[in-house]
Amino acid sequence: MLIDWFTVIAQVVNFLILVWLLKHFLYRPILDAIDAREKRIAKELADADAKKVEARKERDEFQHKNEEFEQQRSALMNSVTEEAKTERQRLLDEARQAADALSAKRQEALQNDAHNLNQAISRRTQQEVFAIARKALTDLAATSLEERLADVFTRRLREMDEQTKNGIGQALKTASEPALVRSAFDLPAAQRTAIQQVLNQAFSAEIPIRFETAPELIGGIELTTNGQKLAWSIAGYLASLEKGVAELLKEKEKAEAQAQAKKPSELTQRIGKRAYELYEEHGRKTGHAAEDWEQAEHEIREKIHKPVKTEPKPEAKAKPKPEAEPEAKAEPEPQTEAKPENIVKTKHADKADSESGAKTEAKPANKVEPKPEGIPEAKAKPEPEPETEPEPEAKAKPENKVASTLSAKAELSESESEVKNQ
Amino acid sequence: MHLSPDEIIFWQSGFVKLNATIVYTWGLMAVLAVGSKLVTRKLSAGLQRTRWQNLLEIVVTGIDKQIAEVGMSQPEKYLGFLGTLFLFVAMASLFTIVPGYEPPTGSLSTTAALAICVFVAVPLFGIEDQGLGGYLGDYLKPTVIMLPFNIISELSRTLALAVRLFGNMMSGTMIIAILLTITPFIFPIAMSALGLLTGMVQAYIFSILATVYIAAATRVRKPKPAPAPEPEPAAKH
Repeated sequence: MLIDWFTVIAQVVNFLILVWLLKHFLYRPILDAIDAREKRIAKELADADAKKVEARKERDEFQHKNEEFEQQRSALMNSVTEEAKTERQRLLDEARQAADALSAKRQEALQNDAHNLNQAISRRTQQEVFAIARKALTDLAATSLEERLADVFTRRLREMDEQTKNGIGQALKTASEPALVRSAFDLPAAQRTAIQQVLNQAFSAEIPIRFETAPELIGGIELTTNGQKLAWSIAGYLASLEKGVAELLKEKEKAEAQAQAKKPSELTQRIGKRAYELYEEHGRKTGHAAEDWEQAEHEIREKIHKPVKTEPKPEAKAKPKPEAEPEAKAEPEPQTEAKPENIVKTKHADKADSESGAKTEAKPANKVEPKPEGIPEAKAKPEPEPETEPEPEAKAKPENKVASTLSAKAELSESESEVKNQ
Repeated sequence: MHLSPDEIIFWQSGFVKLNATIVYTWGLMAVLAVGSKLVTRKLSAGLQRTRWQNLLEIVVTGIDKQIAEVGMSQPEKYLGFLGTLFLFVAMASLFTIVPGYEPPTGSLSTTAALAICVFVAVPLFGIEDQGLGGYLGDYLKPTVIMLPFNIISELSRTLALAVRLFGNMMSGTMIIAILLTITPFIFPIAMSALGLLTGMVQAYIFSILATVYIAAATRVRKPKPAPAPEPEPAAKH
């Protein structure tokens, strides 16, 4: 028989034992391991998800922060740039101001120097002139001159206008002391009586007179009474001349300052405008800036300075300006120009004044015909015109000073020569 | 020439005896148990694992998947029984490559024992799942008239299980033995390889049929209880 029942039973038992064994050793541990792994993987996945979420959150946060930071940075950057810009502007302004101040100061100093020199020279000239005049007149004065002086004095007394006459008459009447007649030399008796007569006639009264000699009058006669003074003397003329010259000097300074304040900017503007017009006329071609500027300057100056002959052309040539900013560069130039011109102008005026003044006032001197002898400057008489006119204005200031001294000298010699002529 | 390893008897004392079937069965049991023990002694739950563990995991999860595919709701519950059936039969045929080995499944006693186990296990799992009444009620379906047929079907399929496996395994060894006498070279190797394939197929058939029987007994409550497929005669070579 194929079936052995003992074997069957044994195999059933064997099989059940095997089931138990495998369950114990194989299925359970393996399944447990798989479960554990799955759990672990699930957990890890969950962790990963959680981490992902967290990472995303962090990333978002970070991004947000980054954006914020970026914004802050850009804002900061902007503010810093702005600050830097304003700071730059401020520094530039400061520097410009400082430069302006410095240049103004320097200019002022130069002006002062020139002014002082001018003043010193004119003062010196004045002194010299008066000293010479005084010496010459003193040398010339003599008794014969005194006679003539007395004649003039008497004529003056006669020709006195009403007001002075009244004033002096009043003074003479109220005077307790006799009127004092002072002269440089002792007056001869004839003259004394003539004066006495004229006085008596003029005031129609007996006037007590006391005669006195006063050499400081140089030449002339002076009537003093009770504070009132009627005088005709060379010293008086000289004093009034001196005063007039001093006034002239002051006026000259004033005129100089005014001219300086007025002139330059207006002139430059006009020149700039004209230059631009020329530039447009020439079809806006580059490269002709210097020529245009020159031409414009020439035209404008001709318009303005027609009466004045001085033409600052060479100076304009000496400075070819860059095309881009002609005005900016041109600015300082007219200032330097203007001064010497002004000086020349005032010189001319000065000259004229002194001429006229000398003519009118030096009449008595003319009469006595003072012969100036040995005037040292007369020898070095330079030709004033050529030196003052083409003055090299573009040159540095010290040269200007020299020029002005030269011109001042010329002036001096001129007036001297005039005096001489008279 | 013997048909069954039962006939090789090492020791006998009256009714009790030790034949080749029992001895080889013990040997298989020892190999399976010790092998499992060795591999599962240090299992890792992590992502890193030994190749042996990998192999066993593949085997176990494969069986598990097969059970689930038949329609069991809780494959782990039946894994011990059905998995052991498959592993035992498969190992018994696999070891035929060892010279001098006689597969225990080539004995009708062994296959009968396995069939009896299935025969007992099916009602046990059925009763456990749906209660005694529920399980016994199945025999009266669709009508009371079907009761004798159901009982006959129960018996006959158990017999079929036992005989099919026995026939296949016995025939395999028999063919090789016969062929060795006719053409001792090469051809027995081919037949031996074929025998291995047959053994694997038989192991699969045996365990899947057992699964189907148990499934039929337990998933009555499902809306469409699949009728237990009759063992196909095609399985026989």
